[in-house]
This record gives sequence, structure tokens and C-alpha cells, in this order.
Amino acid sequence: MLKQYFDRFSWVDFFLRVFQLAAVVVIIVGIFNSIGAAKYTSGQWVTLVFAGLAQGSIYALIALGYTLVYGILLMINFAHGDVYMAGAFTAVFLANSMAASGFLATHPVWAVLLLILLAASVSMVLNVVVERVAYRPLRGAPRLVPLITAIGASFTIEYTFRGLYGAEFQSYPIIPALDGQYWNVAGFAIPYTQIVVLVAAILLMAALFFFIERTKIGKAMRAVSEDKEVARLMGIDVDKTIMITFAIGGALAGAAGVFNGIFRPQGVFFFMGFIPGIKAFTAAVLGGIGNIPGAMVGGLFLGVFEAIGPNLILEGLGIPAVNQLRDAFAFTILVLILIFRPQGIFGERLSETKA
Amino acid sequence: MSKRLFVVFSVLMVVGMLLTACGPKAAAFECTDAVGCLDLAPDEPVHLAYMLTISGATAFLGEDSKGAIEIAMDDRGGQILGHDIVLTGEDSGCNAEGGQTAATKVASDPTIVGVIGTNCSSAATAAIDTISDAGLVMISSSNTAPALTIEGETWKPGYYRVCHTDLFQGAVAAEFAYNELGARTTATIHDGSPYADQLQAVYAKRFVELGGEVTFAGAINVGDTDMRTVLTTVAADGPDVLYFPIFEPEGDFIVAQSSEIAGLENTTLMGADGLLADSFPENAGPNSVGMYLSGPYVVGDAYEAFLAKWDAKFGGVPPSGFHAFAYDGTNIILDAVEAVAVVDEDGTLHIGRQAMRDYMSNLSGYTGLTGALDCTDKDFGEIGTSHGDCATGGALGIFELGQAELDGNWPPPAVYTPGQ
Repeated sequence: MLKQYFDRFSWVDFFLRVFQLAAVVVIIVGIFNSIGAAKYTSGQWVTLVFAGLAQGSIYALIALGYTLVYGILLMINFAHGDVYMAGAFTAVFLANSMAASGFLATHPVWAVLLLILLAASVSMVLNVVVERVAYRPLRGAPRLVPLITAIGASFTIEYTFRGLYGAEFQSYPIIPALDGQYWNVAGFAIPYTQIVVLVAAILLMAALFFFIERTKIGKAMRAVSEDKEVARLMGIDVDKTIMITFAIGGALAGAAGVFNGIFRPQGVFFFMGFIPGIKAFTAAVLGGIGNIPGAMVGGLFLGVFEAIGPNLILEGLGIPAVNQLRDAFAFTILVLILIFRPQGIFGERLSETKA
Repeated sequence: MSKRLFVVFSVLMVVGMLLTACGPKAAAFECTDAVGCLDLAPDEPVHLAYMLTISGATAFLGEDSKGAIEIAMDDRGGQILGHDIVLTGEDSGCNAEGGQTAATKVASDPTIVGVIGTNCSSAATAAIDTISDAGLVMISSSNTAPALTIEGETWKPGYYRVCHTDLFQGAVAAEFAYNELGARTTATIHDGSPYADQLQAVYAKRFVELGGEVTFAGAINVGDTDMRTVLTTVAADGPDVLYFPIFEPEGDFIVAQSSEIAGLENTTLMGADGLLADSFPENAGPNSVGMYLSGPYVVGDAYEAFLAKWDAKFGGVPPSGFHAFAYDGTNIILDAVEAVAVVDEDGTLHIGRQAMRDYMSNLSGYTGLTGALDCTDKDFGEIGTSHGDCATGGALGIFELGQAELDGNWPPPAVYTPGQ
């Protein structure tokens, strides 16, 4: 037994194990110190967690676009963050004109639905166009090639929209029906905006899950993801299925753009998709890229960790200016999780049995 | 050769030499300038360059300065010493990469006399070496980081600025918070840029000197959108004043999200000139009502006349608060050209590059739109000696944002003007 262990012993594994243990100890010490210091009230923690969940649900919606495309084409669509920007940036003008005309105040539900419809269609059309122009001609090329065209597509979209709408910052209007409204539960006040965003995002994700699992097109998507050639032999139009995948991913990103406008109205401009794009990609990897429930959970997980992590763990370790380290912290968590589970929380692949 | 012919030739030669010596003497200008001279033929224009942030999030700063440069050129009829003035420019952005790129392009053009720029200290920090090595003069309208003009820090010969530094602005903000608002505790947030970091450091230092206490000095990243975590940390101590000398959109997020955090109800928000833009109240939303901004404060008849020219040329009011500094900076460079240029009879100009620097470094008692300017060396005690800092600190004020600003009024009313 002991001999077997020594035969298999490798220094790399040993250090990795020590590193894992050290990371766990550091996190526990940080949490212990922060909670022990009693600097923040429970109400403040709840505020952070719900803001994190709302942010996380936006990451999750964008992450689904990455994961769907990866599952089917094994490529990373790096222009996806900009597809999200396209929807959010276009809808901001409709939102402001609806606010000016008073429609937003009188019919908030219809107004938001219209906004989602507009943003989702813009993002959907754009994502399909990107697929047709930048990725389909390179279907047989080595995997690095579409990655580079994706980066090119990303820049093209950014600067096209800068040309279309200008470089200034735009802001979504504050929805009067949600402004200053709090849901009081167990003594905690949670803003309506965050609840609306969270619930709407979860509904969309549930709808997507049923679409993939229960409909014919969803079945086709799973088949193409499993094996393109065999799917083609079975009479599935592979190009059309891939196009539908891009359309769904784009529509979800556009909807995420409107949710972001409800949750956090400021800072709508041509470059706004970059950071959420990177974060959503991280969320997709965190949950296991190619895995749909993984992207949802990864997004929520990343959002909450980002929101509470700096104050909960880093501050307890006595690190100054913790909020500047939030992104570093989020990506450190990614590294740690990938050390423990290289395949992500839920494992890879859209289909269950891909070899 | 006969003897007679030799005499005739000799006489002709001597006469010829005499005639040459007595004729109009060709003006052979000899450049004695330590850095070098710029020679402009009669039909060549005097070439100014700008390095401003004319795209992206901080474009309002660049538009503000660029418009003022054009008005300064118009005021001279677009001409100086009989030469046309032309203005070309590079987008230096509000970051080090942009500053470096713009400086490299400007430095490679030998026809440029002087540069107006940059808008951001981070861009200037990256550009200053290249511009100085090229022998150029550069004058900034809005770089406020102190280190840029302190000897032994970032400063390089040829760099000047018209705007006040953070040494003035941070102190004025701290004095306003402590004396006028009666604040005794404060927190600060910066975004890691040289501008914000140094400004909040000066502010905090002055606030402590006055007898106050700094409860928290935090930082965020440029590009962050969720300020709830940092605001929650601020709220844990419930300071009287929160000073965040950063830019849009991060400043918008701080203001907008501040009402969602329990514990910030009694905290007064205060920003700096980076947020002094007409788009800020609308973007930040209703929470901006009642907050303060520190920034340049310029008044007077000459300034009213300038605003009238702006309205006639571009319509409306300048988008930020640094246009008067850009106007003065442009005039200082053009004045220097007028003072140091050697003009030939045919109109050729010879401009000594070191002479330009000497003129600007010795400029004092200059009255511009922004009041008295003095570009000579100044001693800031333990901080060091400054070179080329033209501002005297008089043109600063604190502005209060109200409902009117949210509805589109700009600029906001000044509530505290120590220099007036």
C-alpha cells in the first residue's frame, strides 16, 4: 500500500495538493476574520449577494452564447461580448424615447418587452451575420483561424457601432415603476430591479433548457454537437442548425443587454461588451464549457463571488484596497476551481455522450 | 599669354571681387540654438499640433480643448508673422498607450513648432520623454498630476501646463469639506490612474492636517461597473464626505449606486474636475443632486467674450472646464513664436527650439483668460521644485449640482471660490 503510494509519488502532484490545501486555508482564514470583525451588517451582506446574483444572471445569459457555440463548433466566439453591446446600445435609444413620451411610465411591462424584442433581434441578426461572414467560410480551417477572425469581428462590431451611435456614454432611463421599490423579506430590503432581472433571466434560461431538450430543433442541435458528419447523413441541415444556434445565443445576449440596462442604467457605449464578454467566457469555463446548466451556474457563481469575495475573503486577510483586486480575485477563483476540477463544475460538452 | 592680357584679367578680377564684396550681402542665418532651429520658407505655415483625447469616454475633454485652440487661432486671424497657422492633431486618448503613440507620430514631424496636450496625466507621462527628446514644447490644458512638472520625477524640458495641479485642487477640496461642510471624517476612492491617485492623496493629506480623519482609502478599476462592494466598505464607517476624483462612467456608477447602500444616507458625495462634464448629471441620475465637484473656475469679461465666440463657432457652451486653459496655452506658444522668431526680409522664419523653451520658462506676469499665469520655477518645499507650472491656483472652485443641472443646465453654480 505504502509502496504503491511511493511508486506513484510525483513532486508536481504533491505541490498541487499542498497548493490546494493552502488556498482552502487562506480562504477560510479570510472569511473567519471578516465575519469576526463584524464590520458589515447582515443587511449589507444580503445587498451584496443579491446584487451579485443579478449581475451573475446577466453573465449567465451571455455565457450561454459562448457555451452553445462551443458545444456545437468547438470554437470560442470572441465577438459575443460585442453582440451583447449591439443589442444594449441600440435599445438605449428606444428606451430613452419611450421615457420621454411617457410610455415607459404608463406601460412599463410592455415597454420592457419591446426593448427586449428590439435588443434581442438586433443581437440575433448581428450574430447570424457574423457567423455567415466570418466563421462559415472557415468551417474546415484549423481551429485557430476562426478564433482570429472572431477577434477581427469583435473590433469591426465595436467600431461600426461607434460610427453609428457615437462615442458618448448613454444611460438607460430609470423605470418609474421599479424606482426606489424594495421587496422587504425577513428584515432585508432587496431592490425590485434586481429581483426582476434575476427572475427574468432564470425564466429565459429555463425556456432555453426546454428548447434544447424537448424540441426537434433542440434535438438537431444536440445531434450536430455530437457528430456533424453523422448528423448530416441523418438528414439534418448542419449549416442551418449552426445558424439557429448563433441566433439563439445572440438573442439571449441582446436580452442580457436590456436586463443590464434595468439593473445598472449607466455606461452604455461601444466598448461596454468587452469586460462582460470576458467575464461571461470565464463563467462558461467555470461551469464547464459546452454545458448549458454549467453556464447558468457558472454565471451566478461568478457574480456572487465577485460581489462578496473582496470584502469577505481579501479584507479578512488584511489586504488594502481590496475592491481594485476584484477582477484578479474572480480569475484566481477560476484558476482554483480548474485546479480542483479541470473540466469545470459540471464538465464539458453540450451532449452527454460525446467521445 | 601676353603681359597686357594678364593685366586686363587681373583688373577685371579685382573689380569683380570688389563688386561682390560691396553688393547686397546674402543673409546667411546661422543657427546657434542649443536644440536646433526650425526654418520656415515664406509660403510655409506655422504648424501647431494637438495631442488630445478626441474619442472614447473622455472625448469631452478633447473637444473642449480643441475648440479653444481653434478660437485662439481665429483671434489672430489664422496668421502669425505673415504665415498661416495650421493645426493638426493626434488622438492621445486618456491612457499611456495613446500618449506614447501620439507622441511618436508628432515627434516624427519636423515641421511642428509646438504641441498643445495632453488631456490626461497618464497620456502625458508616457509622451513626455519622446516630446522632450524631439526638442518640442508641449503645453497642457488639463494634466493635473503634480509629478509631471516636478524636477526629478516625470518632468522633462519642454513640458508646460496651464491648469492648476492637484496640489491646489486636492487642498481646496479638503478645505471646502472641512471648513464649509463641517466634515470631520472622509473616505476616498481612486481608479489607479496617476491623476486620481495623486489627487486623493493630496486631498487626504490636507484633510488630516486640518484635523479630520480618513476612514477608508479605496480603489476601483477603470472599467468596473459594480461599485456596490466598495461602497459597502465605505458605508461601514459612515464618513461625512466621500471624495472620488475619477472619470465617467465609473463616477456615474458610484453616484447611481450610492442610494442602494445602507449607511451612506448622511455621506456627502464629492468628485473632481474629471467629472465636470455636461453629460455627468444626466448619466449619474437623481443622486447627483446635492453633490459637489471641484474644478477650474474662470470668470471675467474676457471669458464672457470667449464663451460668445464659442457659441458663435460651435453653438452652446464648452463641454468641460478646461477650454480657457487650452486657449491660454495656445496663446503662450504663439506669443513665444512671435518673440523668438528671426524674420528674414523675404519673410522666412527661423525659430530656435531652445529659445522657445527659454521664453516660456521665463514667462511671468502673463494675464490670460484664467487669470495671472507664471511659468517660472517654483519651490514646493519637500515635494520638490516645479518647472513650467504656469497656474497660480487662483482659478479653482467648488460647484454644487442641483435639480437644474439634472435638467440640463450647465455649468453648475460655484459655491466656494477661495481665489476670488
